[in-house]
Amino acid sequence: MSLHKLATCYLLPDMLSKDEVKKVAALARLELTKDELEIMPGQLSNILSYIDQLKEVDTTGVEPTAQVTGLSDVWRADEVEEWNKQEVKAALNQAPEILGHQIKVKKVLEQD
Amino acid sequence: MKLNQLTIQQAIEKLDAGVITSVDLTQACLDRIKEIDDKVKALLTICEDEAIAEAKAADARRAKGEKGGLLGIPYIAKDIIMTKGVRTTAASKILENYIAPFDATIIKKLREAGAVLLGKSNLDEFAHGGSTENSAFGPTHNPWDLEKVPGGSSGGSGAAVAADMCIFALGTDTGGSVRCPAAFCGVVGLKPTYGRSSRFGLMAMTSSTDVPGIIAKTAEDTAIVLQVMAGHDKYDASTPEEPVPNYEAELKKSPLERGVRPGRTGCVKPGEKKKKCDKPLVGLKIGMPVEYYGEGLASGVRAAIDEVKKKFVELGAEIIEISLPHAKYAVPVYYIITPSEISSNLARFDGIKYGFSDKEAKNLLEVYTKSRGKGFGREAKRRIMLGTYALSAGYRDAYYLQAQKVRTKIKNEMDAVLNEVDIILTPTQPTIAYKIGSYTADPLQMYLEDIFVIPASLAGLPAMSLPCGFDQNLPVGMQLIGPRFGEGKIFRFASAFQQATDWHQKKPIL
Repeated sequence: MSLHKLATCYLLPDMLSKDEVKKVAALARLELTKDELEIMPGQLSNILSYIDQLKEVDTTGVEPTAQVTGLSDVWRADEVEEWNKQEVKAALNQAPEILGHQIKVKKVLEQD
Repeated sequence: MKLNQLTIQQAIEKLDAGVITSVDLTQACLDRIKEIDDKVKALLTICEDEAIAEAKAADARRAKGEKGGLLGIPYIAKDIIMTKGVRTTAASKILENYIAPFDATIIKKLREAGAVLLGKSNLDEFAHGGSTENSAFGPTHNPWDLEKVPGGSSGGSGAAVAADMCIFALGTDTGGSVRCPAAFCGVVGLKPTYGRSSRFGLMAMTSSTDVPGIIAKTAEDTAIVLQVMAGHDKYDASTPEEPVPNYEAELKKSPLERGVRPGRTGCVKPGEKKKKCDKPLVGLKIGMPVEYYGEGLASGVRAAIDEVKKKFVELGAEIIEISLPHAKYAVPVYYIITPSEISSNLARFDGIKYGFSDKEAKNLLEVYTKSRGKGFGREAKRRIMLGTYALSAGYRDAYYLQAQKVRTKIKNEMDAVLNEVDIILTPTQPTIAYKIGSYTADPLQMYLEDIFVIPASLAGLPAMSLPCGFDQNLPVGMQLIGPRFGEGKIFRFASAFQQATDWHQKKPIL
């Protein structure tokens, strides 16, 4: 397809090694299965080499677009708003463990 | 005609005339769901009792004199939209048992208007995909051919409307997720302008392009739903305080009312009696981007679009060749920006506050890694990984920043073209619906299917897919892209086309 740039990217060596994939997974707090660790470097490399064509676009002097509303600096008063009590309770009840009005989590600081 | 087959317009007419009740209509939809959803698998949750109760309430409101709008109209919502007290899963194992504690703003507005929620529809997990195969609860099947995908990510909504399980459905569109299933299932799908409707209560995927959208049986019906959904919301700072036009009036604007010189073909001269205009689009220009009609476009789709072109000329519009030279970069831009925003938005699913939490975790870090590792499916993981990589130190400028700059070029280019023409016409998808499982091993090929729908998402422009023919007995969709907040224009073109054709009236045999 004329809009598609393909083929060549499949012939390139993996841009992302298995070790790099492990590192990124650790950053993303994501445990990958053994299978996923096998396929992910190839699949991600394929996608990245396809994306690489963006480098050919001349963007000198072009501002990045983060959003398209035309709005800027939408302000509101920094005030605490009352929320429906039942909805708050329903939201809290979704936590795996609650203690009183709080969510219980594992220790943040480990003792040696 | 069975009640569940009605359009919103037809149903409202019958309801207002007292010929049927909302309970009749709702029951007809529920019966249809029971009859065929074992085969189609469009729904993840059915709210039978709640729906009947809501229908009774709507009938009571009508008995007191209320009329019109969406009062008593049964619909289905994509399961990524929060519905208070109802399971909302995003088709992910990580939210398998999650009950939404509040309503999304659009659901609240529909509730206030008296619309009846029948259930929640299947999708690609967290809306990541274009086929609904990425659902943790199994794929949805295309009602036109059960071996084919319904498109995605709002595939359950598309299939449900096509199979008349509801009168209309809600979806979300981040990079074509309403338009793609509308095209594959032969129904109408509207992605409004970014910011036209509130995103509050939509589980965020790509915050800078996420838009709640509508899937319905006619263009007019999408206008009726948008009228209810549109507007500023204090809970979504990206909704401008742009006035919401009266879309019904916009739809009916004749060439004369649009300022077209009287006396030209199709225009009613002053003093003349208003009659049905056979050239309702006279004075309007349609742009066709040359880049979109290259090789790779399936011949059956091309043939259908050629017929569309002829029809629009018959209706009085002028066709102009345009060029969008940066459109070819839309897919690579999208697959940097989207995974980047996803990796950030999906960080909230950590096994702490809600959703799946792995009991085998021995410490806090393992709560995160194991809950996410077991809770997310493959495509969600792939996107989190891509995004984390693209945003990590040393790569951010090369990938994310460059993608945002190319996005500017795509947006400016489309805005400039839309100053010259009233609307852009493209195919919605390069092909018709494909067989379930075709692209499972090759995610990049699947991404490339989005080539025609992504540019409008990156530019934040409104776009609609509507049925315009068949190829190998499967529906073909065309896309109309309008100027920012120019939904009225899209409705005018789409409605004129649907009054002159009957593609939207074809039904799958199930």
